[in-house]
Amino acid sequence: MAGDGGAADGHGGGRALKPLVLLPAFNESARVGRVVAGVQAAVPDATILVVDDGSSDDTADVARAAGARVVRLPFNLGAGVAAQTGYKLAVRESFDCVVQLDADGQHEPADIPALLAVVAGGHADVAIGSRFLGGVAYHPGVLRRVGMGLFGWLAWLLTGVRFSDVTSGFRAFGADVVRFVATEWYPTDYADADVLITLRRAGFRLREVPVRMYPRAGGRSMHAGLRPIYYVFKMLLSVALAPLRREPAERRGA
Amino acid sequence: MAELTLHQTIFALVTSLLAFLFVLELVRRRRLREEYSWLWLLTAGLMVVMVAWYKLLLVITRVVGAVTPLNTLLLCAVLFLFAIAVHYSVIISRLTTQVKNLAQEQALLAMRLEERRN
Repeated sequence: MAGDGGAADGHGGGRALKPLVLLPAFNESARVGRVVAGVQAAVPDATILVVDDGSSDDTADVARAAGARVVRLPFNLGAGVAAQTGYKLAVRESFDCVVQLDADGQHEPADIPALLAVVAGGHADVAIGSRFLGGVAYHPGVLRRVGMGLFGWLAWLLTGVRFSDVTSGFRAFGADVVRFVATEWYPTDYADADVLITLRRAGFRLREVPVRMYPRAGGRSMHAGLRPIYYVFKMLLSVALAPLRREPAERRGA
Repeated sequence: MAELTLHQTIFALVTSLLAFLFVLELVRRRRLREEYSWLWLLTAGLMVVMVAWYKLLLVITRVVGAVTPLNTLLLCAVLFLFAIAVHYSVIISRLTTQVKNLAQEQALLAMRLEERRN
């Protein structure tokens, strides 16, 4: 599946694409350079934006030296806010779509064209990279698997769509979706499963694409210590509240 | 129903009045903004009213099913504090969103400035 279609050179679906590759990064100076280089190799004509989420190391300098544009948030605001900063830039500079992946090297930049092809070809408004659809082995711990299963089930309950990988941070948004997530509708606080449900309820078409997933090359995972417990609680709360909120659909395209 | 003693009445009146005046003074000296003071003033004011207007306190006591008027006063104080705490949470949420938007805006502007300079 990876690499099908000609979207890599910007001609998926017959129209020229102006993609923005977004890499939210927090203290990733040891890894972000390699990821930027990988993205350049995979999509040479894409603009690469690294959003430095108030890192205390030299993530910004490393990313700039590697050839990326860099936005530096003045303090740490969380991955969701960092990503949204990129969406806002994409809206202002009228990019046609945004591909987002982790800056720690867990995602394979060579999978970007596959995600782009789905959005550019008009097959869906949102492409989500799934670790579980491809043939590549990914073995999360028991706790993580239980959590992901739970959210997958809740997401299915609320949207009627079966997601194999609800916590994926590897995704592509079309222009309409980018405009939507640049507004306050975007759940910036732990945004992964929450954003899928919000986008689905806003009427966007979502599709999963198989991607490769690597274990982290060192560094500290976002999910360490007591964080997973808070994460589970927060996710349950936002998933439970999502259907009670005002329909985002009325804001769509406004 | 146990009566509110004169001792209790005086003490409740004095403390509520002091609280009211203290908040007013903070606003007067501009240490506290009016928009964050009104719930405190309302709380202290209603406490004064309930203590001074004993019949009203008795009616409320009967309505909520409390045992003594003193219980009613305490219950009201807790409810008011709850309302104030929730009010602050709402304000904090709004401020969080504003700070987030400002930080994003500042970061994007700083990048644009830097890119223009080079």
